[in-house]
Amino acid sequence: MADTTNIGSLSRRAFLKSSGAAALLVGFALPGGSGSRAARAEAPLQVNAFLRIDTDGTVTILANHSEFGNGAYTIIPMLVAEELEVPWESIRLEAAPTRPEYYSPVFGEYLTAGSITVFSLWEPLRTAGAQAKAMLMDAAAAEWDVPPEQVTAQVGVVRAGDRQAGYGELVAVAQARNIPLRESVTLKTPADFTVLGRDRRRFEGRSKVTGEARFGIDIKLPGMLYASILRSPAYGGRPQSFEDSETLKVPGVVKAKAISNGVAVLATNYWSARKGRDALTVTWDEGPNTGLSSEGFFEEYRVLADKPGMLAEDIGDSLSVLAAVQKPLEAVYELPYLAHVTLEPMNATARVETDRCEIWSGTQYQSNDQERVAALLGLPQQAVTIHRPLMGGSFGRRSSKTADFTIEAVEVARGESVPVQVIWSREEDVRSGFYRPLFVHKLRGTVDDDGMPLAWHQTVVGQSIMQHTKHDPAYMVDGMDIYSLDGCLQEPFGVFSYGTSYAIPNHRVETHNPPKVGVAPQEWRSVGHSHTGVAYECFLDELAYAGGRDSFDVRQHLARGNARMSAVLAMLREKSDWDAPLPEGWGRGVAARVYSVTPIAQVAEVSTDDGNYRVERVVCVVDCGFAVNPLNIEAQLQGGIAMGLSAVAGEEIVLERGRILQSNYHDYPVLRLNQMPRIEVHIIDSQEVPTGVGEQALAPTAPAVLNALFAATGRRIRRLPIRHHGLQLS
Amino acid sequence: MYRVMINGTRHEVDAEADTPLLWVLRDFLSLTGTKFGCGMGLCGACTVSLNGRPVRACSLPLGDVGDAQVQTIESLAASGELNPVQQAWLELDVAQCGYCQSGQIMAATLLLEQNPAPDDAAIDAAMAGNLCRCGTYQRIREAVKLAASHRTAGGDHG
Repeated sequence: MADTTNIGSLSRRAFLKSSGAAALLVGFALPGGSGSRAARAEAPLQVNAFLRIDTDGTVTILANHSEFGNGAYTIIPMLVAEELEVPWESIRLEAAPTRPEYYSPVFGEYLTAGSITVFSLWEPLRTAGAQAKAMLMDAAAAEWDVPPEQVTAQVGVVRAGDRQAGYGELVAVAQARNIPLRESVTLKTPADFTVLGRDRRRFEGRSKVTGEARFGIDIKLPGMLYASILRSPAYGGRPQSFEDSETLKVPGVVKAKAISNGVAVLATNYWSARKGRDALTVTWDEGPNTGLSSEGFFEEYRVLADKPGMLAEDIGDSLSVLAAVQKPLEAVYELPYLAHVTLEPMNATARVETDRCEIWSGTQYQSNDQERVAALLGLPQQAVTIHRPLMGGSFGRRSSKTADFTIEAVEVARGESVPVQVIWSREEDVRSGFYRPLFVHKLRGTVDDDGMPLAWHQTVVGQSIMQHTKHDPAYMVDGMDIYSLDGCLQEPFGVFSYGTSYAIPNHRVETHNPPKVGVAPQEWRSVGHSHTGVAYECFLDELAYAGGRDSFDVRQHLARGNARMSAVLAMLREKSDWDAPLPEGWGRGVAARVYSVTPIAQVAEVSTDDGNYRVERVVCVVDCGFAVNPLNIEAQLQGGIAMGLSAVAGEEIVLERGRILQSNYHDYPVLRLNQMPRIEVHIIDSQEVPTGVGEQALAPTAPAVLNALFAATGRRIRRLPIRHHGLQLS
Repeated sequence: MYRVMINGTRHEVDAEADTPLLWVLRDFLSLTGTKFGCGMGLCGACTVSLNGRPVRACSLPLGDVGDAQVQTIESLAASGELNPVQQAWLELDVAQCGYCQSGQIMAATLLLEQNPAPDDAAIDAAMAGNLCRCGTYQRIREAVKLAASHRTAGGDHG
């Protein structure tokens, strides 16, 4: 892609017309216009809000989903190309502007999240492609005076008998003849697909091997200044006063200014801004968190976990069954805060003028950022333009509900006559961000006479991500955050239409939402599953051992009523060689999860050697419906497994008296290449509507590894990360 | 004023001696292919070649560059043709977000110049310093091997 930040090439005329769309992806034809015929012949054909065809045959797609490694920029043209029958090389992508007609039909916001991009675009983009093709074919039929059924279209060319015309040639015809858009089109069935279901390399792939890909941090604007921010050593603190005489002596420094959460130093290059920042003396109001520590939260949550909470699910009668058992199995799982640590540190560039504001920000959540910036500046929402550079990873960090790093750039740039780019250091990124919240899970359970799970009682304690945010109404059910419980419940809950796939006859789940104090909780790739997966699948493993049953048998027994998970597990058992013997000191562990409808299961194989262990192999089976781009699915699953392993092995953010102890990759270790297991991915053959894989892969990895370590060593690790237990990943 | 040789071209840079080469490349010369990740030489996103050896540009002060030859990601396909490592990366669709990949490709290119046929242990040793949060490591391993075979097949090109 040439430059996804450039929405300027969408002509103002076309833009204004596209804004007339009544609803998302309801196509509409450009009216003929009042210009001369010659002028119209030069104009591109705006098929609908998402598709434009130029007279040279170039097809421009306005992408309303963001690219941060997820593969959205490849899936989007694939969906259009399949129905439009257009050569891949003639497709261009353009970032759709932040306007309501481009909002996600699922979220009702301009947001890329939840691993539902493919699912939400599956029908609309194929329909748009089919409508565009139909319009060109209708134009040809009218121009050539032939019955529409004699017209065909392939590879960018429309034919009837011995006549043919390229798509570009028909653009003028369609406009001159006012060819209407067909509301109803018939889409291909998978048997006829030639694009979908086949491996397709990244649309923007070349730019990512030449260094030409432009991320937010690469934005350069005339006169732009760089800024570095000194932040409170205590999380959530604010500056009271500052002294900048040393700062102003640093060559390149232009000025220092206080913003709400720190003091910004502006300079002609980033290094000068950093040096100037380091020379500041700031008096801080350290804020409300200096009495708070991770250990304090763990203690408080352990106490809460023993108390009755809000009841999320109560199937059968777990309490009576467990009361009748002399000594039910019991365990507490404790999971720390986690950071996203995207390789590209947070950054944003803003140009603030009196009546408008332009922003270049690697955000997943354009409509929210636009809304918040407009509110801050007292501008109408559409006076705020959000450009969309590529993002150097996100993993949930860039779906900030407060628009934190974007807002901050606007605060710094406000009052300046030039644009300003704020770049966070890695230390700021680790210490001043948002985090996967800390959770404690208490579990009790027992097995029946056959050793199969009979009763389950789980209490989930941790801060809600959604409570008191704009998403509260959608994701809170009677005061319970459905994300905190995702992966613990057997039945659908709130807007989540799926359960665990297991059927334990007595199943009770309670939850506490402790006050949202301390560091801010945020979605972290796989969200609730990042902790519920560990607690649920490891305790299930504990129950299997307690009942003297094979871990895999137990899962297949519990999922027997769920056809999709049963198929996944059957394939996994075979592909992972579950029933084959292993050398001494090795172990296998299994875990099976359903996240956002997609069933996914993994077997991890570990070897151990004194204080070291190695994850030799992870076998993953997924049923994500029709596999739109298997090459990307495999990549997402490999990446998700790597991140899941990284977290369980070594990741932990520790809050101590309001300060975060970690600062960079040396004390927040993430997985390195030499630690990467061999990953084998198997995708169930399916014709169903595609569902996501971006986050799903993480969910089973951590518990599968922990269960494998138990099989290898006999040790149950219930507090993460593993490295605190004398076991290092090698 | 410092004189540095970047990608075969001499540049005069009006920056302080302690300015890391990374920010000289990015902010003074607009060579943004080299990325900022950690600022402490921990992640490898800023890997460049200094006289044929991989170095972390975030930790190399301008004043220490001297007359060394610096090569960045922008130099690898200066002729328009991708080098064998870039070709392999593209062929196996290694990149996800892509942010770390300039550093990965520089590290792999320099590895193959030193060791044209690295085994798994050599690849692990050379590439373990380059973090990828997207977890593209499996394809990186495969792509290094593919690039090695491309190089062998294509003579000493690259």
